[in-house]
Amino acid sequence: MPIQRVNDFVVRFGNVNGSGSASANEMFARAVLRMGVPVAPRNIFPSNIQGLPTWYEVRITEAGHLGARGGVDLMVAMNPQTWEKDLASIDPGGYLFYDSTKPLPASKFRDDITVIGVPLTAICNREYTDPRQRQLFKNIIYIGVLTALLDMDVKVVEQLIGEQYKGKEKLVPPNIHALHLGRDYALMNLECPIGLKLKRADAVGDRIFIEGNSAAALGAVYGGATVCAWYPITPSSSLADAFTRHCAKLRVDPVSKKAKYAIIQAEDELASIGMVIGAGWNGARAFTATSGPGISLMQEFIGLAYFAEIPAVIFDVQRAGPSTGMPTRTQQCDLISCAYASHGDTKHVLLFPEDPAEAFEFSAAAFDLADRLQTPIFVMLDLDIGMNHRLSKPLAWDDNRAYDRGKVMTAAELEAGKEFGRYLDVDGDGIPYRTYPGTHPTKGSFFTRGTSRDRYAKYTEEGAPYVDNMQRLLRKFETAKDLVPRPLQANSANPTKYGIIYYGSTSPAMDEAIHMIEANGQPLDRLRIRAFPFHSSVPSFLADHDFVFVVEQNRDAQMRSLIVNECNVDPVRLVPVLHFDGTPITARFIAKSIGEHLEKLKMTPMRVVS
Amino acid sequence: MTYLTKPKFHHPALPKNALGYTHRDYEGTISTLCAGCGHDSITAAVIQACFELSIEPHRVAKISGIGCSSKTPTYFLGNSHGFNSVHGRMPAVLTGANLANRDLIYLGVSGDGDSASIGLGQFAHSIRRGVNMVYIVENNGVYGLTKGQFSATADRGSKSKRGFINTDNSIDLAAMALQLGATFVARSFSGDKAQLVPIIKAAIEHRGAAFLDVISPCVAFNNHTGSTKSFDYVREHNEAVNRLDFISSRMPIEVKYEPGTVEVVEQHDGSKLALRKLATDYDISDRVSALGFLQQQTAKGQVVTGLLYVQSDSDDLHAHLSTVERPLNALGEKELCPGQAALEKINASLR
Repeated sequence: MPIQRVNDFVVRFGNVNGSGSASANEMFARAVLRMGVPVAPRNIFPSNIQGLPTWYEVRITEAGHLGARGGVDLMVAMNPQTWEKDLASIDPGGYLFYDSTKPLPASKFRDDITVIGVPLTAICNREYTDPRQRQLFKNIIYIGVLTALLDMDVKVVEQLIGEQYKGKEKLVPPNIHALHLGRDYALMNLECPIGLKLKRADAVGDRIFIEGNSAAALGAVYGGATVCAWYPITPSSSLADAFTRHCAKLRVDPVSKKAKYAIIQAEDELASIGMVIGAGWNGARAFTATSGPGISLMQEFIGLAYFAEIPAVIFDVQRAGPSTGMPTRTQQCDLISCAYASHGDTKHVLLFPEDPAEAFEFSAAAFDLADRLQTPIFVMLDLDIGMNHRLSKPLAWDDNRAYDRGKVMTAAELEAGKEFGRYLDVDGDGIPYRTYPGTHPTKGSFFTRGTSRDRYAKYTEEGAPYVDNMQRLLRKFETAKDLVPRPLQANSANPTKYGIIYYGSTSPAMDEAIHMIEANGQPLDRLRIRAFPFHSSVPSFLADHDFVFVVEQNRDAQMRSLIVNECNVDPVRLVPVLHFDGTPITARFIAKSIGEHLEKLKMTPMRVVS
Repeated sequence: MTYLTKPKFHHPALPKNALGYTHRDYEGTISTLCAGCGHDSITAAVIQACFELSIEPHRVAKISGIGCSSKTPTYFLGNSHGFNSVHGRMPAVLTGANLANRDLIYLGVSGDGDSASIGLGQFAHSIRRGVNMVYIVENNGVYGLTKGQFSATADRGSKSKRGFINTDNSIDLAAMALQLGATFVARSFSGDKAQLVPIIKAAIEHRGAAFLDVISPCVAFNNHTGSTKSFDYVREHNEAVNRLDFISSRMPIEVKYEPGTVEVVEQHDGSKLALRKLATDYDISDRVSALGFLQQQTAKGQVVTGLLYVQSDSDDLHAHLSTVERPLNALGEKELCPGQAALEKINASLR
């Protein structure tokens, strides 16, 4: 029986990288959105520019489930290289849409799916002579076919074509022509619509469609970052690119036409973090964007910034490691390497945004935190949030908000005789005062170094001042617990002794999974961790529950390790739920894994028979 | 011992500069380097140059890497902020600092291990970018703090204190700086303060990347027979191409020269460099010939010193990036934050 669904199915496009399919596929996702139906698209792409297989998956979900679902209802198979894999990925009862120009034997198909063949290449060859046009319009033609198959509002697609080629208007009519070539073929030759249908709805609201990297870059603009030093690395490069783009629009002085920012593409990650630290030391808000391999290279400098207490913001858009790992696949695998980055005793502040809206918010907050705490702040994004368009609440800024530049002693204060000790804890919060270089002719200068020093920044190798300083750094870390974004708790309607801890890009899958688990009569309390170090509500949550599932996207249960390490909890009570194959975690996976565990825990205890 | 302070008292008749500061106001703490170290002479030359230029000490940022040379910023300009960063990474830290505040003078102090080995990449890229700085390499051909291993500037065939012969080719940082586009390149010798002080002054007034390779013998590990970085060797083989008189824009030219023996180069700020030519054919505005001359003389075993190249119409990284005149670290939310209205427009474009 073919699947029958309205506004709730998954379309997957199988394409060849570099064939121009990406913009057509994205247009399809946007068209669904314009019909008022939420979508969650995901780009599954290789580390390659041309020739290798690439997929684009669009989850159409009126209910608003933005996590990956798993499974495919309609496969748009445009890549012969991956035919077998693509065919196998279709759920029973699903649909296959393929280019039927070259006949394929029946053995190449499955009999539990609906096969829809359109001779796309033949249509293109008939219509166009230029090979590049044949390639590009083929993409638009299959979008035209989809508008008929899924009963879409074709006007919406036409409007999007108009918007896409704004300024290049002569490209609009040929694209609309191609769209109708496909649509008309389908209406005349195929049974339209199929069992999967799109119907206008009003479920998108005022939400925006944005990539996490772009939102984080906007957060840096709003947060007052003026120096960006970076080295290209997937999946973080688009963050620096977006910052460059946003600054060109938002940060050029209207009168002088000069830039209120400086962006350097450095020679490597060591140089990029070095520049950030130099700029931070000198009082500018500075950041770098990188991924795991870059974090590995930055270790020495991160230790310097921790010990010399220099503000810095590091965006880590995580990808699967170790080493080059799977550079275009997502994971949450850098928690340990960031939390304790560098040699010696170090601990760093990490923020875990769940989506683009939080990427924006935490990005701006990171600059305040870096200045307040005088230390590196890591914004832990991942490829899933960073490089995919995500439906997200609109970005918001309070115009009354002032930047928190932290404890910076001014020339006037120095002149008035206020005591200055660079590493002197005057307020008991572990945070000392600093001065910007060049502040005062005779007061407030100090020598910054990675070697040990006393409270007045004087070099020393004596034990007592070293210990004094290291203890103060711990006090500062305690202070951080109340400054970083707090965990968010959502309790089940029914009392339960079981809880779930999760973070970052797992959120949408978890939001969906919780309904599936609770539908099975298994109530669970949830805690979404949004920062490290952990606020006191984390140990409280652990104390309130017998067992807590820690759901994350890495092999070694890194968040669980941090919790065990920092909260002194019995590891037996923390049950790891781990997804680390490089694809985004799904609600189905979470519900199944936790469901199975809960079933085991439900087993009647053995009784001693006398 | 945590650190050594210097007594504050001084002779009442100590000369004062235009700002009313004495030489002592440009000093730092007492050096902890070995007695007779060439680096201390460079420190003294930096102090004298800054004093003579009447620079406000706190408007200088001193940035270094790791090693004996990188320790020296504590020994001069005690009222300046200093940053002793990580090994070989001074150029990146300095670049970032310079981006944050274009109004300070940036003095990067490094050594041959710091710049020619571990930090060769950062040296090269900071020069390429034209960061406005004075980049001084205190070049002794050895690792001093780790007790006498060869560095990458040690000449092939030179002998270590323990008797090993260096079989690796040496890196000529001044030649590299020329090739990489530095707009001011000089080489000097820590034992020749009369040559070094005007070079440092001219480098400070220069806009753009000014690179100074200063041969600075290591009395502990590289001052023996068979070394090509010893006091005796450098004195014997020193071939100065010119003698520089630096004339600040604030002072009129008073020096009288024989016609034809002096070349006057004006820098962007109006400061003038009067060069007494020693090598008659040497043209300091010709990058290509300078490179050729260096290589020819090096092949003969000579150590070429003096101002090797200067580009009078130089510019710097801030000019390349077209940044605003005000230091970036002085901009606040008013200048930097586009506000909610702009954000609403952005939101609207994303629907």
